[in-house]
Amino acid sequence: MADLLANIEELSVTGLSGALKRTVEERFGHVRVRGEITGYRGPHSSGHAYFSLKDEGAKIDAVIWKGVFARLKFKPQEGLQVVATGKVTTYAGKSSYQLIIEALEPQGEGALMLVLEERRRRLAAEGLFDTARKRPLPFLPQVIGVITSPTGAVIRDIIHRLGERFARHVLVWPVRVQGETCAAEVAAAIEGFNALPHGGPVPRPDVLIVARGGGSLEDLAGFSEESVVRAAAASQIPLISAVGHETDTTLIDFAADLRAPTPTAAAEKVVPVRLDQLALLRGLDQRRLHGMTRFRQQARVALRALVRAMPDADRMMAERRQRLDRNGERLRAGLKDKASRLRVGLGRLSPRLAGQSPRVRLALAKARVDAIRQRSARAFGEAQMRRRTKIDGLEKSLAKALAARLALERERQLAARRRWLQQAGRLPRAFSERQLVHKRKLQGLAALLNSLDHRNVLGRGFALVRRADGTLVSKIAAAPPGTLLSIEMADGQIAARVEREAGKAGATPAPEAAAKPQGQLF
Amino acid sequence: MADEDIAKMPFEQAMAELEKIVADLEKGQVPLEQSIVIFERGEKLKARCEALLNQADARIEKITMGADGKAKGATPLDVD
Repeated sequence: MADLLANIEELSVTGLSGALKRTVEERFGHVRVRGEITGYRGPHSSGHAYFSLKDEGAKIDAVIWKGVFARLKFKPQEGLQVVATGKVTTYAGKSSYQLIIEALEPQGEGALMLVLEERRRRLAAEGLFDTARKRPLPFLPQVIGVITSPTGAVIRDIIHRLGERFARHVLVWPVRVQGETCAAEVAAAIEGFNALPHGGPVPRPDVLIVARGGGSLEDLAGFSEESVVRAAAASQIPLISAVGHETDTTLIDFAADLRAPTPTAAAEKVVPVRLDQLALLRGLDQRRLHGMTRFRQQARVALRALVRAMPDADRMMAERRQRLDRNGERLRAGLKDKASRLRVGLGRLSPRLAGQSPRVRLALAKARVDAIRQRSARAFGEAQMRRRTKIDGLEKSLAKALAARLALERERQLAARRRWLQQAGRLPRAFSERQLVHKRKLQGLAALLNSLDHRNVLGRGFALVRRADGTLVSKIAAAPPGTLLSIEMADGQIAARVEREAGKAGATPAPEAAAKPQGQLF
Repeated sequence: MADEDIAKMPFEQAMAELEKIVADLEKGQVPLEQSIVIFERGEKLKARCEALLNQADARIEKITMGADGKAKGATPLDVD
C-alpha cells in the first residue's frame, strides 16, 4: 500500500489548485451553457453583475464584467432561461469555479416574449402607445405608402385587394423584412415617407402600411425593435401595422394607429369599396331629388289651401263696390259742402270789403280832407293797391286748396279700385274650380233622377197596374175577380178586368189572358 | 352659402354634408328659398363625390433612394 502511495506524486495545495485551474480553463475556455438565471440583483456598484445559472440538478456561479454588461443587447433578468457564452475560471483561494459570461441570449420563445413584454411596458410607460396619440385614418387616401419587401406575396396581396376595392396610387418603400438590418430599414422608411414634402416630386402618402407575412417570433423581431416602435409612434402620417398573422404580436402593433391582422386586411381597412360608395352616393342623390319634389308639393298644397280659405269672390267684390259707391257720394257731398262753405266765407268778406270801399271812405273823408286833397290823394292810391293785392292772394290760395283736395280724393278712389282689382285678379281660378264642382254635382243628380224614372222600368217590359180609381195594385188581394184595371205599358194604357185568381207568386199563370186590348176605349 | 369650398373638400366631408342636406330636404322644415339653395349645393357636392370616386389611379411604384437614404424618386413596380 505504501509502495503504491509512494508512486503517486505528492502535490501542494497550491500546486493542485493551479493544475486544476489550468485544466479547467484549457478544457472549458469557450463554452455555451444553457440555464435559468437565479439570484440576480442587477449590476453591482462596481458595474459587474453576479448571479448563478441553474437547472434541475446543478448550479454554477456566473459573472458579467462591467465592460461586457454595457455592450449586452439583452440584459439578464431573474428567472429567465438563457444561453450564456463564456469561459470557466477557478478561484484558487476558495477552491471554487465560476462562469465568466461574454455573451448572453434569451432562450426559447417564452424568454423572448418576456423580453418583449419588458420592452413593451417600458415604452408604454413613456406614453408611446396612448390612445390619445392615435390619429384617424383618411377615409379615401389618394396615395398609399407601403413599407415591405417589393417581392413576394405580401405586396401582391395588398395590391390585388386594393384593386378590387378602390385602385389607388401605391408607393412601395422596399425594406428587408427579416434579419439584422430589418429594424433599421423599416424605421428609416417610416421616417423617409414622413420627410417627403407636400407637393414634392414624390407624392407624400396619406397613409402608411408596414407589412410582413407570418413567421417565427425571431423572424418578426425586427418589428418589435425600439427604433421601429419609436418611428411608428412619431409618424405624422397615419400608420397601419400588418405584421405576421392574426396571432402574432409585434410591438409596432401597439404604436400603430391601427393594427390589421394581415396585410390583406390592411388593404381592406385603408380604402372603402368604390362601387359601394357610388351606390351610396346615387341613393343619396335620389333622395335629394325626391326630397325637393315633395318639398315643392307641400308648398303647393299649402298655397291651394290658402286660396280656398279666401272669402267668396262675389261677396268680397260687393263689399268693396259698396264702399267705393259710398266714398264717391261722400266725396261729392264733401266737395259741395266745402265749396258752399268757401262761398259763405267769401260772402262774409264782401261786405267788409264794401265797408272799406274807396268810395265810402272818400265820402267820409271828403269834407275833412278837402283842404289837403292833393297830398292825401297819393297816399290813398297806395292803400288801395295794397288791399287789392291781399284779396288776390286769398283768392289764389283758396283755388289751390280746392284743387289739392280734389286730387287727393281722386287718388284715394283710384287706390281703392286698384286694390280690389288685384284681389279680384287672384280669384278667377278658385272661382271657376268651384263652378266646375257645382256643375258636376248637378249632372250627377240629373243622371240619378233619370235612373229613378219608373217609365224606364216600363220600357224593359214591366207594367204598372192601377184600379179604376187610380190606386196602384201591388197585391192580389187588392184585385178580386171582377175588378176593372188599367194597365200602363211603356207606350200607353190598356183596360182589363180580373177573371180569376191564378195563384200566388211562382204559380203557373192562367192560359188565356184576362185582358183584352181596350186601349182605344179609354 | 358660397360653394367654392367644395372643389377641395375631402370625399368624406362632402358625403357627410350631402347627407345632411338630404335629411333637411326630407324633413321639409327649411324655408322654400333656402331649400333651393341647399338643393343646388347638394348637386355640387354630389358632383365632387362622383369625381373623387371616378379618380381610380392604379399606379404602383417603388421608391428609389439616394446615397443619403432619402427618397429620390419612384419607378414603376410590377408585382406579378
